[in-house]
Amino acid sequence: MIIEALIAVTFVAAFVVMLAPDEVAGRLAAALSLLPVVGSLYMWSRFDASGNALTGGSIAFETMTPWLELGGYTLNWHVGVDGIGLPLVVLTTILSTLAIVSAWTPIDDRQSQFYGLMLFMEANLLGVFTALDFFVWFVFWEAVLLPMYFLIGVWGGPRRKYAAIKFFVYTNIASLAMFIGFIALVFGLGDSVSSLDMPAIAQALRAGELGSLYGIPAATLRTVAFVAMFLGFAVKVPIVPFHTWLPDAHVEAPSPVSVMLAGVLLKMGTYALLRFNFTMMPETATQFAVPIALIAVISVIYGAMLALAQQDLKRIVAYSSVSSMGYVILGLIAYTTYGVGGATFQMIAHGLISGLMFMSVGVIYNATHTRMVGDMSGMADRMPVTTGILVAGAFGYMGLPLMAGFAGEFFIFKGSFESTVTAGMPLYTAAAMFGIVIVAGYLLFAMQRTLFGAFRLETDYEVGPAALHETVPLAILLVTIIVLGVAPDLFFGMIQDAVTPLLDFGGELS
Amino acid sequence: MIPIQTQLPTWTAVAPTLLLGLTALVLLLVDSIDPDSTRPTALAGISALGSVAALAVAGWFLLAGTGQTGSGGAIELYGGSIVVDGLSLFFTVIFASVAAMVSLASYDYLRDRTYQAEFYALVMLAATGMSLMGSSGSLATVFVSLELASLPSYALVAFLKNNRGSVEAGLKYFLVGAVSSAVFAFGISLVYAVTGSLLLSDVASAIGSAGDFVGIAGVGIVMIAGGFAFKTASVPFHFWAPEAYEGAPAPISAFLSSASKAAGFAVAFRVFAVAFPIESVVPMGIDWPLLFAVLAVVTMTLGNFAAATQENVKRMLAYSSVGHAGYALIGLAALSGGGPNGNVMGASMAHLLVYGFMNTGAFLFIAMVEHWDVGRTFEDYNGLATQAPVACLAMTVFMFSLAGLPPFGGFLSKYALFYGAIQGGFWWLAAVGAINSALSLFYYSRVVKAMWIEEPSESFDLGATPLGIYVAVLVAAVGTLVLLPAFGPVVETAQSAATALFA
Repeated sequence: MIIEALIAVTFVAAFVVMLAPDEVAGRLAAALSLLPVVGSLYMWSRFDASGNALTGGSIAFETMTPWLELGGYTLNWHVGVDGIGLPLVVLTTILSTLAIVSAWTPIDDRQSQFYGLMLFMEANLLGVFTALDFFVWFVFWEAVLLPMYFLIGVWGGPRRKYAAIKFFVYTNIASLAMFIGFIALVFGLGDSVSSLDMPAIAQALRAGELGSLYGIPAATLRTVAFVAMFLGFAVKVPIVPFHTWLPDAHVEAPSPVSVMLAGVLLKMGTYALLRFNFTMMPETATQFAVPIALIAVISVIYGAMLALAQQDLKRIVAYSSVSSMGYVILGLIAYTTYGVGGATFQMIAHGLISGLMFMSVGVIYNATHTRMVGDMSGMADRMPVTTGILVAGAFGYMGLPLMAGFAGEFFIFKGSFESTVTAGMPLYTAAAMFGIVIVAGYLLFAMQRTLFGAFRLETDYEVGPAALHETVPLAILLVTIIVLGVAPDLFFGMIQDAVTPLLDFGGELS
Repeated sequence: MIPIQTQLPTWTAVAPTLLLGLTALVLLLVDSIDPDSTRPTALAGISALGSVAALAVAGWFLLAGTGQTGSGGAIELYGGSIVVDGLSLFFTVIFASVAAMVSLASYDYLRDRTYQAEFYALVMLAATGMSLMGSSGSLATVFVSLELASLPSYALVAFLKNNRGSVEAGLKYFLVGAVSSAVFAFGISLVYAVTGSLLLSDVASAIGSAGDFVGIAGVGIVMIAGGFAFKTASVPFHFWAPEAYEGAPAPISAFLSSASKAAGFAVAFRVFAVAFPIESVVPMGIDWPLLFAVLAVVTMTLGNFAAATQENVKRMLAYSSVGHAGYALIGLAALSGGGPNGNVMGASMAHLLVYGFMNTGAFLFIAMVEHWDVGRTFEDYNGLATQAPVACLAMTVFMFSLAGLPPFGGFLSKYALFYGAIQGGFWWLAAVGAINSALSLFYYSRVVKAMWIEEPSESFDLGATPLGIYVAVLVAAVGTLVLLPAFGPVVETAQSAATALFA
């Protein structure tokens, strides 16, 4: 019941905040958002699942009750977490609270609606990472888009309308493709499943129960469905060449929304890829190992090159997310414990680090009202603490040992280097590792120009140290990143436990 | 549960219909006792209470199993001319809910207007006619009840008699209605000529042996289908709808586009499923499911594309209503001899129920905007959310639900409908529906974008909030939301009611 309580409390909090007066909405939202944080940490301390939720492992905090029946398929309210879901739940609650606090300064209009939508989005995100019935999952998945659309469209920058609608259209079309692909698979399974329960479907698919549908043979159906779902999720991740909505959305979104977008929403895509494509159809995934690994490497390198070419600090961080998500895909396709586990760990690590980066860029913007690299220099003199944290975060991004990013990337590289899924994996790994060099290049270059040297600012604003409520979320994030870097096992143990069953392909390939 | 008809006389099964009719009479009585003074609160209250009572009784019967397979099957009255079963009760629930919301909203809309009692009485009479349409067991009852529902509607559309748009809409609606009634009556006479009966069950048994008169029967069936196309605002008799919905007082637009459309489907479902069984009619060459499949595709596509090009929000909703008639037509199109027909027809019924809430809510929001005197185009809505956030939130729910986005009732009902079509083997119909549904997001989201994201071009002065409309809109919004988790029992009831028709 704790998952239901978590989601319900967040929904109620969203409504309460939406009806609260603007002056207190921010404080109230932050206070109420502590409830899910406490709840998710409690879940973490009492976590007792083992194995993967979809392949028959034991599921923690599971509830399952029939919701409705539609033409022979039962739809259940089925939620629960395993070692993949729980870390993402914790990430969501913590990052939501910090993002809400970081919004106190920049959001000065229609506050109660803003914070209400943030909490509404958090509730749906929690649903996405805990739902184990496809239908329930899909409802939450789509419901995340609505608040995001408004958050970008109402509180965004000058081109917010264009960015919001582009985000909305891109992700909705992607959802449709994914939905059709998945439902075709379910129909193809015929009588072997009688519900849209994800574990049941995953196990049936892994056992090779897929039949033909309307004269389309099983093999073709599986391939087509895999591609449709992969494309659907690829938009969300995003993977090159479906990434073009991302920089627009990030640049126009207010910084706290960017934090959620990069920190959690992108993880929805990689989480779904892991849960659906890579868990349910491993043999198809390995068939496509070469193109998927190639796409991953291209995302890493091309995303990093794009970041290198940007002048806007936010765009730099946005494109570097494309690059980081490429590592995640590389880890997933490796199909080794370290590869898939590292990819899952990297979702958490990147969520924290990119959250930190967007937040600190936001703090600088709040003071200077510009994000252009060329417009400022020497910020370290005026905002020493923020600068320090930003530098630390950037080193985390570059993979400095003892920070979470290092652990994630190291696991991924180790896993993908060892991978035998296709002969060229060491080569792809080596190519992807080159991305780190570019990351280091553009981050150091941008920091050197903006943070150090003599103080100069093109805009007419007085710049002083950031307020306490701006600095504290940054410090908490930095501490979390270091703690996870020093002791990755806080999460990595359960992640490894959950991904290991995926490496056994079951009846079909062995 | 003990079947209700063992405890009460059989005629009580039509109690919901009688309650609606009685409410109309009470309203007229109140007016004739004291015709000079207007009592908006009393009139709206009687009207709303009467609808809620009918809703409660119909809902109670539905839960108790009256007229359903579990407790002795359909209850036939007057030699089978009136039938009370799951289908009629289900649709009465839709009509009564919509009538209740419309009565509530009319309280503010009619303020300071004359002929208020007549307005409410006409609404109730139309609702009575619709409820009777759902229980018609013979073609004669079908025709009479259809007229009973239509004639008050014509008057209601033209109610704002100093408004050119309203009068023109009423006239256009009346003329098209008269023509389609004539076509419909002629179709009935042809079917009668072939089968020698007006009772649906007798028509069904006689039509199989039509022999040389197959052609006449076919023409008759097509003409009857034309009559339904008018009532449901489907192609080719849809062109009255945008005018009538735009010109009519907004609560009446809500009433017509939700309840009246559902009534058309109620009677069409029964007539075609019972009187013209697929097993006997289709082999004779009268393939009416194919006819409806073509109509469904054309109606949803035309409705959607026309809606996308509108600048006036009310007119956009009118065309979207045409589009939704196309989706509901899938319930008549994706049928085949021996197929899972009850499932798809039941899904269509469930969609009409959800539609009853979300579409009524949307039109009532328009009524509120008209009350505020804001303007009619998308641009006029710019920035409305800054002034009326709760009402705009409700409208957002309606728009996204109409578009079929997941967290709302409209998603599940559309999913069930398309899924039913796929189950029956009509995957292409489901595909056209899904594509149309995805496209519809474009014009629905324009309203949302205008309300929340665009800057207001001028400052609003909305004045006081119209309480009646406000409550009605919120009721509709809550209904739209609750129908997501509560969709299971709804669709199961509808599907078992529809399955009983094909038995």
